[in-house]
Amino acid sequence: MRRVYFDHSATTPVDSEVATLMMEYMTEKFGNPGSIHFFGREANKAVNEARSNVAALLGANTNEIFFTSGGTESDNLALKGVAFANRKKGNHIITTAIEHHAILHACESLEKQGFTVTYLPVDENAMVNVEDVKNAITDKTILISVMFANNEVGTIQPIKEIGQLAKEKGIYFHTDAVQAVGNYPIDVNEYNIDMLSASGHKLYGPKGVGFLYIRKGVKIESLQQGGSQERKLRAGTENVSGIVGLGKAAEKARLEMSERIAHVQGLRDNLIKGIQEKIPDIKLNGHFEKRLPGNVNFSFFYIEGESLLLNLDMKGIAASSGSACTSGSLDPSHVLLAMGMTHETAHGSLRLSLGRGNTQADVEYCLEVLPQIVEKLRSMSPLNATSKLAPSNPCSQCHHH
Amino acid sequence: MYTEKVMDHFTNPRNVGEIENANGVGEVGNAKCGDIMRIYLDVQDNIIKDVKFKTFGCGAAIATSSMVTELVMGKTVEEALKISNDAVAEALDGLPPAKMHCSNLAADALHEAIKDYIQKKGK
Repeated sequence: MRRVYFDHSATTPVDSEVATLMMEYMTEKFGNPGSIHFFGREANKAVNEARSNVAALLGANTNEIFFTSGGTESDNLALKGVAFANRKKGNHIITTAIEHHAILHACESLEKQGFTVTYLPVDENAMVNVEDVKNAITDKTILISVMFANNEVGTIQPIKEIGQLAKEKGIYFHTDAVQAVGNYPIDVNEYNIDMLSASGHKLYGPKGVGFLYIRKGVKIESLQQGGSQERKLRAGTENVSGIVGLGKAAEKARLEMSERIAHVQGLRDNLIKGIQEKIPDIKLNGHFEKRLPGNVNFSFFYIEGESLLLNLDMKGIAASSGSACTSGSLDPSHVLLAMGMTHETAHGSLRLSLGRGNTQADVEYCLEVLPQIVEKLRSMSPLNATSKLAPSNPCSQCHHH
Repeated sequence: MYTEKVMDHFTNPRNVGEIENANGVGEVGNAKCGDIMRIYLDVQDNIIKDVKFKTFGCGAAIATSSMVTELVMGKTVEEALKISNDAVAEALDGLPPAKMHCSNLAADALHEAIKDYIQKKGK
């Protein structure tokens, strides 16, 4: 069967050059970077080369890159590390309602420990308003954390403006850039970013490795105790092969950035246009222009996301949805709800995230298959443009849930 | 995560559609929860002669709707009333635990349709 992978926001395939290099650092060059002998020095040198490559991708200094196990750890380290280290300065943190759970749940944990968190709303395109950030700042605010680009609807936030604001007020600014790093050009100085989280597997690197960029001078404390790795901020023997892989992936992303974006964005625009032409009663979710090069997100009215995903999967197309069924809870995606979407529209959302391996033929195949699936599900649905729930429906109050 | 039977009923749902002049219609669920099931019955001489469904929902919602129509076809009203949500899930070789409460409402929709039939008949 033809297989089309349209879920690059979930994870990407490891670049073959990256995988080859990683294998070398697992089998032959397996040393512990902390060892003084040849094997250790060899591994240590590779880790530092990777650090330089990651720094170069973001216009950062090499000693401002700290390797972690991925985006979630980076987010936790940034938020909790800064909160605990700056407690005497204040206890207020500003973030948004559409962050990844790694940010939201870390904030909830901080709230239990005496911190106050403001969750900023977004507009119908999932965009944060810079004025809202400004108005939320108090004399107790120690940290602002706003994601660079949303993982579900792809909206790119006004990071430069928020960064500028934070800088003027002397407040640390963190951004969860897991979806953007390697897929969108970022310069930490141009954007006034103090801390930035990223993950290896979103940029054709391996899973289980990521990094936190920390601007020199930011006061932060470590969350785990042990050895003196990562300049005592992140104890534990380095994931050498993962770090080396991430470094290579970052280097390739930097060198191929503009051609990758041109390719993926072209396919994205064709897919969006095609869906809009072929399928009625739909809504494009997220900002039309300020969106990740590979993100397509639509709501298809009157049908439910999981059914859509299962049907697409049967035709070989891998995608994802903000439907409750796929979020593992009874509520649909918090991002779509924060955008003011109704539950039923949120249940019918579909995310197609494109990557460098996709082709125009993939887009055309999807445009052939998707309209048929939507039509089939709609023909089975009791909902349509004029439908109302039956007055006798005992679930009008939804007492089951 | 779904059994073969669930995928079979999801892929090739039985008795999809509406019955014109149905003498019993039942609906449960709402779009907020992500599932709406509507069952149409044609009951003659206390026997369910025809049954059809329309469902908005996930794979489990569609499969349970399809299965309940199969279970009930040709049964008496009394037999149909005994079919439970659990029995529908069992006939599908089970549902993932998370789906047992949110999407396993097909028997409820059937019972609503029978209630509607009895009410109309009484008039």
